[in-house]
Amino acid sequence: MELFQVQVTMTDLLVIAPELALTGFALVILLMSAFARPERRGFLGYTALLGVVAAMVSLYWGIGVEASAFGGMVRIDPLSFFFKAMILLICLLIVLVSLGYAKREGIGFGEYYVLILFAAVGMMLMASGVNLLIIFLGLEVMSISIYILAGIMRDDTRSVEAAFKYFLLGAFASAFLLYGIALIYASTGTLDLAGIGRVLAEQSWISGRPILITGVALLTVGFGFKLALVPFHMWTPDVYEGAPTSITAFMATGVKAAGFAAFVRVFFYALPSLQAHWTQIMWILAVATMTVGNIIALSQSNIKRMLAYSSIAHAGYILVAFVAGNELGISGILFYLLAYVFMNIGAFTVVILLGKKGEENTLIGDYAGIGYHHPLLALAMAVFMFSLAGVPPTAGFMAKFYVFSAAVKADYYWLAVIGVLNSAVAAYYYLRVLIYMYFREPEREQAIGGFSPAAVLAIIISVWGVLQMGILPSAFLALARQSIQFLL
Amino acid sequence: MPASVTPLYFFVVSALIFAIGAAGVLIRRNAIVVFMCIEMMLSAVNLTFIAAAHYLNSLDGVLMVFFVMTVAAAEAAVGLGIFVLLFRGRKTIRVDEINLLKW
Amino acid sequence: MLNTYVPVLFLIGLAVFFAVFAVGVSHLLGPRRVNPVKASPYECGMITLGPTHQAVPIKYYIIAMLFLVFDLEVVFLYPWAIVFRKLGVFGFVEMMIFVFILLIGFIYVWKKGALEWE
Repeated sequence: MELFQVQVTMTDLLVIAPELALTGFALVILLMSAFARPERRGFLGYTALLGVVAAMVSLYWGIGVEASAFGGMVRIDPLSFFFKAMILLICLLIVLVSLGYAKREGIGFGEYYVLILFAAVGMMLMASGVNLLIIFLGLEVMSISIYILAGIMRDDTRSVEAAFKYFLLGAFASAFLLYGIALIYASTGTLDLAGIGRVLAEQSWISGRPILITGVALLTVGFGFKLALVPFHMWTPDVYEGAPTSITAFMATGVKAAGFAAFVRVFFYALPSLQAHWTQIMWILAVATMTVGNIIALSQSNIKRMLAYSSIAHAGYILVAFVAGNELGISGILFYLLAYVFMNIGAFTVVILLGKKGEENTLIGDYAGIGYHHPLLALAMAVFMFSLAGVPPTAGFMAKFYVFSAAVKADYYWLAVIGVLNSAVAAYYYLRVLIYMYFREPEREQAIGGFSPAAVLAIIISVWGVLQMGILPSAFLALARQSIQFLL
Repeated sequence: MPASVTPLYFFVVSALIFAIGAAGVLIRRNAIVVFMCIEMMLSAVNLTFIAAAHYLNSLDGVLMVFFVMTVAAAEAAVGLGIFVLLFRGRKTIRVDEINLLKW
Repeated sequence: MLNTYVPVLFLIGLAVFFAVFAVGVSHLLGPRRVNPVKASPYECGMITLGPTHQAVPIKYYIIAMLFLVFDLEVVFLYPWAIVFRKLGVFGFVEMMIFVFILLIGFIYVWKKGALEWE
């Protein structure tokens, strides 16, 4: 009967301390928002900020630690530590940005912050789960929170439509992912990632091989939807355009980071013995994702939509590193995601600051002449656009450099060539924004609607990150390398 | 159950139900029906889990079913909320008429 | 063996055949004369008043959503109750935490007025 001898030790709690901290704060904010008077709800955002900082402090214990908890369900190791830290950073930036934006758009009630924190909890569970059950639960906690967040501007039909589309397609994708998990479980007999890895390593031919391969394929489809890989990307532009801009930034960075964390964990931890099989599929996905994302982005006139397609393309670049699968490749994934966090959240924050209540000003034409009226904001936007395009000395350049050299090292020359050609195409639509900002006369007077010190702080952090990772990348790369050392 | 009913039967049945659900999602136009089809897919997955757990004599699959059911309920609640909100603004929940956002 | 299921299969076949046969034959042979009485929703009984397809008030949806979420938690309570004695104090504390989180959700729902009918 030792099945019932369950005990929770201090280590168990320490491993999930950041998740516990965020959950606790989320519940407190939920109660506060129910009881506080409407005019005094301004401090809820600051409480959320405090929660994120508390989670960061509690993560401090996990530096360099390798430990499993709750009977091998979750794990803290350098990989999950890196992703957890990244998710908390994303969460911090998003909450900072939201302080002004949510107030301006009238969505700054408690639920908004509660759902951001819950989504972050789900993301962190995805990053630290080493059991398919936990990964699935984390994914759902994250997704369900974000379905609601996408539609949180209840009076804006576009926001509700974004939530609707994201919900239907997200639930559809979850079903595929779940069926993949079920088939993997049926053929290997376990949900534990290390266990799956062991079973596959021991038995070169197992009786349920076709079932296993089908399971892995369905799992890839499920993740493909969440990560917006072509051809599972159709929802992305609509949802990114309709959702509140702060949530768009959250989706583009947080969901991708958590998704890739689980993706790396599942494929390099549990399924390395099938690498020869899945690399071919990933190769095709990588090329399709980069190319389709960039080419459709060329013709976009709405900047949120353009950034949505650009985020699809960036997922493609990350897949290039995934295909390479060597040390530089996997650490390249981590480096790229971190660089992407800074440049993407930064760019969306500028988009937010240039909008007003009910008037988002997201057409590229609205950016004409910004370089003269708001020189500092335009300068920040220029840094982010250069970085997204991959121009040195920015984070985006170094990230692309590592990713493509990983592909060359692994003898995927064509993949690297296609990637470089793609970034050349991409430069066109990023630099077009710069041309509008500096060389076009404004059609009408622009005023900053939602200026808030917290958002400026977020921009400063992002600019610092982009430049730091671009000029002195070695420390970040060393960190990324350390984080994946135990996988190899 | 008779000894000759192997897990394969359950896998085939659940695969069929899953396929019917997936086809329904792609064919039907009413959002509620689409969502019901998704629920059907989840139920098919549950059947696979139960059959596999029984056949493997392990508890993991059963455990998973509990969580899938809970997640499905949470999803249904959120989904209904979104549908109601959408219907209030648009007076329709046909998926082919929800087309404000497109390129 | 699966042989035990053969009679069931036979019965299903017979039932399907009979249903198709009966409907098909009456469709082929029966005369068709439509008149207003026949076309009305109820050929006998009361004539319906007003539209039969009425919208359900939105309040029901909210109650349904809340019911769905809170109801499903019982899934976890039943297995817990069965092994409650074996789990000891730990199981009790664990479930109290779970119920406490639910309680916070309930308080929130209550305070927001989602349970008010009017």
